[in-house]
Amino acid sequence: MKEIIWLGRGGQGAFTAAKLLGAAFTIRDDDRYALAFPSFGPERRGAPVRAYTKLDDAPVNDRSQTEKADVIAVLDDTLFGPELAGLIKENGRLIVNSRSPISGAQTVDAQKIAEEFRLPTVNTVMLGIIAGSTGIVSVDDAAEAIRNYMPAKIQERNINALRKAAEEVSV
Amino acid sequence: MSKKFLSGNEAFAEGIRLARPEVISAYPITPQTIVVEKLSEMVEDGSLKAEYVHVESEHSALSCAIGASAAGARAFTATSSQGLLYMAECLYYAAGGRFPIVMMNADRSTALPWNIYGDQRDSLSQLDSGWIQAYAENAQEALDLALMSYRIAENKAVSTPFMANLDGFILTHTYETVDIPSREQADCFLPPYVTDNRLDLDSPKNMAFSAGPDTNFVFKFREHEGVLAARDVIAETENDFARIFGRQYSGLTENYLTDDADFILITLGSIAGLCRETADKLRREGVKAGVVRIRYMRPFPNEEIAEALENAKGYGVLEKDISFGNEGTVFTNVNSALKKAGINIKGCNFIGGLGGRNISAADIRNAFENIIAGSQKVSFIGIGGDCIG
Repeated sequence: MKEIIWLGRGGQGAFTAAKLLGAAFTIRDDDRYALAFPSFGPERRGAPVRAYTKLDDAPVNDRSQTEKADVIAVLDDTLFGPELAGLIKENGRLIVNSRSPISGAQTVDAQKIAEEFRLPTVNTVMLGIIAGSTGIVSVDDAAEAIRNYMPAKIQERNINALRKAAEEVSV
Repeated sequence: MSKKFLSGNEAFAEGIRLARPEVISAYPITPQTIVVEKLSEMVEDGSLKAEYVHVESEHSALSCAIGASAAGARAFTATSSQGLLYMAECLYYAAGGRFPIVMMNADRSTALPWNIYGDQRDSLSQLDSGWIQAYAENAQEALDLALMSYRIAENKAVSTPFMANLDGFILTHTYETVDIPSREQADCFLPPYVTDNRLDLDSPKNMAFSAGPDTNFVFKFREHEGVLAARDVIAETENDFARIFGRQYSGLTENYLTDDADFILITLGSIAGLCRETADKLRREGVKAGVVRIRYMRPFPNEEIAEALENAKGYGVLEKDISFGNEGTVFTNVNSALKKAGINIKGCNFIGGLGGRNISAADIRNAFENIIAGSQKVSFIGIGGDCIG
């Protein structure tokens, strides 16, 4: 099972990204399973939010919060702290949206890409970065998830941002 | 059939759309709100033809559903926690009037301290109200229950309202892949509601009347018979469901590896998956572990539980409930089933997840270890204590 923890602030769409990743993973294949859930609580703009995606090739029975993740995606670098290292599996990745480098993390200027496509948030950019740098889901499947689950008028910009982000990090 | 990535609330709303309720009474409360929001969107876009009534309280929500059902309509409402408690008076009216209303309850903690997260103290406090009570484990089962609930509730021998319970947040707000049956399949499975138990100008009758000491007793006996009749009707309904939709459910309980199990954990709702995973791990270590998931608390699976535990050495009941001053209510019910069947083995009670606290894999393993050690305690996961009075 692959487990992804999303850290963001209320309004940044961390949970939307968690859902899109789960939808993308299961979009073509009936033998793939996913759960996506938020750290439950009142939704307040600006407050720290966690969301979780669990991906597997068997039904996901464990609905508890992830204790060790394969990937942690941090949408806002003010939420980064050294304690996050304790939440990552060995060989796991910690990806932070940040303009300046952070020791122990892979940083990427997701904000810049979001601005390029006139997006107010970086959630689909971070989804593109995960798709591009880990291959957990293909960029095409992630784009298809956006087409299926985001409002029509913002799909195109988000898909373009997703593709640009994936290109920037893919090797 | 189409596949979608949906939350438990959304999946349940899809099931209700397929069930074609004619009246929906709506009053929002977290974590149920999304169900009535989705249904309002479906009514607005014309994909569900129903009278959608905004009411001013939960008491009114269920009163409205009772009125609709008394007019012969298929009725739906939804609630949670304090909302369920506020409508408690009406629960008894609905059951006593034999109105086969379906209500979704998002299982949530009860105040005080105020808390919006999931536990099962709200619905379990209403076991005696005369409603059928089902507990879903995942979003697919939630959708399927929404469809099956009307078939079961509206069966003439049953004629009892149906409460479908989804663990707050853990089910209601978790997204997963769900198969949505086609409209044709759903219509083939669930015919329109036809009843004599309705206001009819051509055949006037007295409804929702009072009954004195001589006859009241008989009505209560009949009400009890109605809930018990659901046992067989649930089995028939699930077989028909499997024939049409290809998914077979297992009646009042779902038993996992219980045939040869020495140590069995009994639970209900969304935590059951983690219990089964833990049983698998223990099996690999040579411990014969099993799990019983209670799917229906009313009618209660006395026979199923006794059969599953017949050859076991010990058991535990894990529940998100406490009846203060005694033990968890599910534990009380399970113990009664075993006593009636003459099964005398050691059992213990784990109270967990109150106010939405996470129950981890380690907690479940620890529960099994307590069962194996022959514990007879009532303990709060993470706090402990021997709370037997």
